[in-house]
Amino acid sequence: MANAKDQGRQETVAPAIELIGISKAFGPVQANKDISLSVNKGTIHGIVGENGAGKSTLMSILYGFYKADAGEIYVNGKLTPITDSQAAIAAGIGMVHQHFKLVENFTVLENVILGAENGALLRPSLAKARAVLVELAQEYELEVDPDELIENLSVGHQQRVEILKALYRQAEILILDEPTGVLTPSEADHLFRILKNLRQQGKTIILITHKLREIMNATDTVSVMRRGEMTATGKTSETSPPKLAELMVGRKVLLRVDKTPARVGKTLLEVTDLRVRDEAGVERLKGISLQVKAGEILGIAGVDGNGQSELLDVLGGISMATGSVKVNGDEIPLIGRHANGQARRKLGIAHVPEDRQRLGLIMNFMAWENMCFGYHNEPEFQKNRLFMDNKAILADTEKKMEQFDIRPPHPRLLAQNFSGGNQQKIVLAREIERNPDILLVGQPTRGVDIGAIEFIHKQIVQLRDAGKAILLVSVELEEILSLSDRVAVMFNGTIQGERITSETDEKDLGLLMSGIDGKAA
Amino acid sequence: MDIAQTFLQFLLTMDMTIRLSTVLILASLAGLFSERAGIFDIGLEGKMLVAAFLSAAVSYETGNVWLGVLAGIAGSMLFSLIHGLASITYRGDQLISGVALNFLASGLTVVIGNALYQKGGGTPTLTGGARFHDITLPFVDVLRDVPILGPIYANVISGHTAIVYIALLAVPLSWWILFRTRFGLRLRAVGENPASVDTAGISVVRQRYAAVMIAGVLCGIAGAYLATSQAASFGREMTAGRGYIALAALIFAKWRPFYILGATLLFGFLEAISLLYPKIDVFSLFTIPVQFTNALPYILTVVILAGFVGKAVPPKAGGEPYVKER
Repeated sequence: MANAKDQGRQETVAPAIELIGISKAFGPVQANKDISLSVNKGTIHGIVGENGAGKSTLMSILYGFYKADAGEIYVNGKLTPITDSQAAIAAGIGMVHQHFKLVENFTVLENVILGAENGALLRPSLAKARAVLVELAQEYELEVDPDELIENLSVGHQQRVEILKALYRQAEILILDEPTGVLTPSEADHLFRILKNLRQQGKTIILITHKLREIMNATDTVSVMRRGEMTATGKTSETSPPKLAELMVGRKVLLRVDKTPARVGKTLLEVTDLRVRDEAGVERLKGISLQVKAGEILGIAGVDGNGQSELLDVLGGISMATGSVKVNGDEIPLIGRHANGQARRKLGIAHVPEDRQRLGLIMNFMAWENMCFGYHNEPEFQKNRLFMDNKAILADTEKKMEQFDIRPPHPRLLAQNFSGGNQQKIVLAREIERNPDILLVGQPTRGVDIGAIEFIHKQIVQLRDAGKAILLVSVELEEILSLSDRVAVMFNGTIQGERITSETDEKDLGLLMSGIDGKAA
Repeated sequence: MDIAQTFLQFLLTMDMTIRLSTVLILASLAGLFSERAGIFDIGLEGKMLVAAFLSAAVSYETGNVWLGVLAGIAGSMLFSLIHGLASITYRGDQLISGVALNFLASGLTVVIGNALYQKGGGTPTLTGGARFHDITLPFVDVLRDVPILGPIYANVISGHTAIVYIALLAVPLSWWILFRTRFGLRLRAVGENPASVDTAGISVVRQRYAAVMIAGVLCGIAGAYLATSQAASFGREMTAGRGYIALAALIFAKWRPFYILGATLLFGFLEAISLLYPKIDVFSLFTIPVQFTNALPYILTVVILAGFVGKAVPPKAGGEPYVKER
């Protein structure tokens, strides 16, 4: 493919995008190393790789967000220096970012024209955009109300606005960065229909994702990135998920979680009619009831923002609620000064929070300090009444770092200097090793690479087999299905339905996630 | 008190309200442009003070008040530039930069003023062409005899200095710029989600500088008004907290131009009351002391800032320097 440059010139149809020898370093970190890539016009090309493999950096270079240290970019066979986003847009490249770049209190129309206005006055631009939007909506199933404010739109619709923005700027090449992370399965299906529509109209699409299933379903060709390098490129039909995973990680990976059937004991956690209001007085949890027994994993599925975070916060003692929670048959306080994280830990409830960087760790504290938080008052960490026993904590940290294979194994390294997967292992090590009766885990593998996912899943299953009750919250359906024994789906602050994992599938859960109970109907 | 006299009192109060509101309108609009673009500007006070001093000094030296206004604007814009450098280019804390500029202005004006004029930091009194004079609008004599509306036109609407009319026109103009032009759309976007502008290939930095410089121009006019129109000389600390009151009005107005007009007129009205009626007799039962009426604008400020008057949602990216994400 390195020679594609010379061959490509002579062929009749030049590739839509051709990158040759792209390199980019951030300080000492080489994010992209001599990357070459060629994507044909009218195809969907997938790029997979673990977090930090350099996918997003590469696409940011293509979109003019960063400047490459070396390398050339050809668009439709023509050498195109992309110095900034304006140049990328002019070259017909559009990007849908993972985190949308929309102004929330602007209307759809205003967002679409922002930066692509015709003339100094808004009125003619808005009128033109309105007409174009109607056309695009019909052509590509991209319906949105042009006068609605972004903040009133669902995430799926917001994403459509991002796609419309790119198409309005006449993008011929569309880059999508992890587009399905925030979508329900049906929204994701709709997105892929749109993408196939776009391909039919001759547009070129680059899809960045870490979900191998999406690569297999949606793309024509696929490239794998690992540690800043492009390790393989080929036809999607000629590869398979295990093969891709192996290329991503650099070794064989077990994609399935190995586990035996659950041996369920007595009920350890019993939640009845749990209700929470937020600061604005909106009810976020509307009477949640559930039970978790010893030796089982209850998975909580649902699109992000349907009350899962609030549920974890209440159970972990971070926020207050009304209703009843029984641990091992005893009522625990949900309000007042006894409802806090430390009290919960004394009751045997360990909590691995969803947002490890905000709630799980203090990023500019060292690993050993982070390793004792929440348990820092335990007698083994106290030298006497006044002083902590830092040596004991350090020794404890070293031990756990070895057990959990945390790299680099330096207790004095700041938490922020570990990779996402290793940060998560620090939190897990701290919580699991205390031998809790109940473990609350939120998004255990968010932003964690495949190699570490395997390890983390194994730890959670081991804990289950040791007779603990585990409440797992995750927005990744695959994770829910492979780990949990039972699944409860949350929608709009309620439990929309409960299923035995072996008796359900993604489609069934997907319906529940969008508020429809397919089986009950 | 008969009706005719009450009406006259009313006219007098309204006239005074407009005179006192002008500086607040201009300063508040200055804050509007800056904050809508995501740059908090606590330095309105300092910019006005510098402009007031420079306009008075240059007017006095040249005898031309318009040169004075230009000097005031230039001084205020220089301060804006410093604020921009600190908070946009070098991504410093916007509040600290603003406070620093306020201190700088308060010190510089007094020191330089003293060195030049030896009048305790003030300038000599401005006379003739060195200050603004009231303008009589056309048809005043014709319309004066129309009942009610005539006297309102003659006494409240007519008879102000040029800057008063500039300020009143600046309100609809600001609205039009912010909500009907490309420049305004981008300016507001930069204050809400700068990444949206950056990914559209437009410079966040340039947009923010533009906003901050507009704030400089408006503060410059406001300061010049204080020294050459409302008063006839510069006196030390003559802004007397009006920059902060303008900020309160801006919050009260929820960062909207026409609401700003209402909010600043309210503050001007309270100030007019305290000047015209220092002692208010309530049904001969008791007298409201002058200290209370004097304190009214400030009490209102505290009430507004404590959030008693509705919920004001500031521009989302306000106060945060823009850094490209990795």
